[in-house]
Amino acid sequence: MLLIDCPYCGERPELEFVYGGQAHVARPAQPAQVSAQQWADYLYRRDNTRGVHAERWRHTHGCGRFFNALRDTTTDHFLATYKVGEPPPTVAAPVPR
Amino acid sequence: MQPFSGLALLRRGLSGQRGWTTQWRSPEPKAAYDALIVGGGGHGLGAAYYLAREHHLTNIAVLEKGWIGGGNTGRNTTIIRSNYLFDESAALYDHAVRLWEHLSQVLNYNVMFSQRGVMMLAHTVHDAQVFKRHVHANRVNGVDNEWLTPAEAKAFCPLLNIGNIRYPVLGAALQRRGGTARHDAVAWGYARAADALGVDIIENCEVTGIRRDAGGAVEGVETTRGTIRAPRIGVAASGHTSVIMKMAGIELPLESYPLQALVSEPVKPVFPCVVMSNTIHAYISQSDKGELVIGAGTDAYTSYTQRGGLHITSHALEAICELFPMFRRLRMLRNWGGIVDVTPDRSPIIARTPVPGLYVNCGWGTGGFKATPGSAHVFAWTIAHDEPHPINAPFTLERFRDGRLIDEAAAAAVAH
Repeated sequence: MLLIDCPYCGERPELEFVYGGQAHVARPAQPAQVSAQQWADYLYRRDNTRGVHAERWRHTHGCGRFFNALRDTTTDHFLATYKVGEPPPTVAAPVPR
Repeated sequence: MQPFSGLALLRRGLSGQRGWTTQWRSPEPKAAYDALIVGGGGHGLGAAYYLAREHHLTNIAVLEKGWIGGGNTGRNTTIIRSNYLFDESAALYDHAVRLWEHLSQVLNYNVMFSQRGVMMLAHTVHDAQVFKRHVHANRVNGVDNEWLTPAEAKAFCPLLNIGNIRYPVLGAALQRRGGTARHDAVAWGYARAADALGVDIIENCEVTGIRRDAGGAVEGVETTRGTIRAPRIGVAASGHTSVIMKMAGIELPLESYPLQALVSEPVKPVFPCVVMSNTIHAYISQSDKGELVIGAGTDAYTSYTQRGGLHITSHALEAICELFPMFRRLRMLRNWGGIVDVTPDRSPIIARTPVPGLYVNCGWGTGGFKATPGSAHVFAWTIAHDEPHPINAPFTLERFRDGRLIDEAAAAAVAH
């Protein structure tokens, strides 16, 4: 089980959280103006990164708030967590496996 | 190829088991092939076999970064069924079941296909309604599936607890043609048969780049064992498909999740069928070796680690122990994870891509093993003809753009 550092509450077990998928996916401001492919990309296309992945989590059974995290998907090691609206922090190279 | 038969077994047995030869060669990669398959699991090896046997494309190679069958082909819970809701899915998965029924004879390799029946338990009124809808839809499509009362379910699987449990068994859907097969044997059988037709199976060869010509078409791959040229490349890399396809500039609607399974210590035959419960999330069967093979759900987050959280497997075991109280004192022998590539509609993509000469077979999510022969067969067709077989024609990449999803994800109460 992962230990996740909620930026509001501190480290808590994974069971208190719900995963929210890739972070920083921007909804087109004018959905009616974009092409079918652009809308499909917004809905369905994901980076599915092998390496450092920016993702959303929600501390459902805690403060209830969404936040973002950087996690290395080759180790599941969390590199940073940060609040919604903040840019992803620059982090050191991922911990080797 | 040295054919296997009862007579051969007897002859070798009388001569001290000497004289068996290796089942496939271990060749050095050639500089160029007519086609390459990236990914040496069941889907990739099968595609190579059907390309060679049915489309007479024998100057081809399968590239596998580890050892064949070492990915999800060797990590799944070996369940085979075709009771999917939608017409497109039923056609695809039942194509596979029909190929499974003769696969051992066709490959001259015992894949231990056992049609012992797959029973899916309903625990809520919603489950019961959805399963009955599945039963009717399947029968319209010529796929066997029947509704059982709790007493009939217990008669089919006597160990099942239909008494006083938290989520009582309200009934079950049973596909009698469903069952299990030996997963390793599927990879080995396809590898041996493909090798006999001249296919090069190249292990420990990781693809690190895809080369494209001035017109954008593929012209080969960069690998850890050098450059290999080919005008046609089929990618069947399951959880790592996104990584490979990015090398050709193609972004896919895939997310890779860990999926875990575990086996118990081996015991005498006690469990006659496959039982799945999607609502309380566990599936179980008994291997011919005697281990109970138990599948859990996916972890919540995307990952490439081939492992997951212990709370996921313990949750599955709690469900198993409630459904089958006599297993409470069994010890678990080992558990593991595989990385599965999941599409938004939980249906696969078997299609051409926008890059000429590049084909993809991915998105099987948590249920690719059951489809292995059918998937491989239509993927080979797609590569050979540069157009889809009628069965996989709906499973395009463009369906997400065009809104023509094959939405088994919304066909609720079905694990994939």
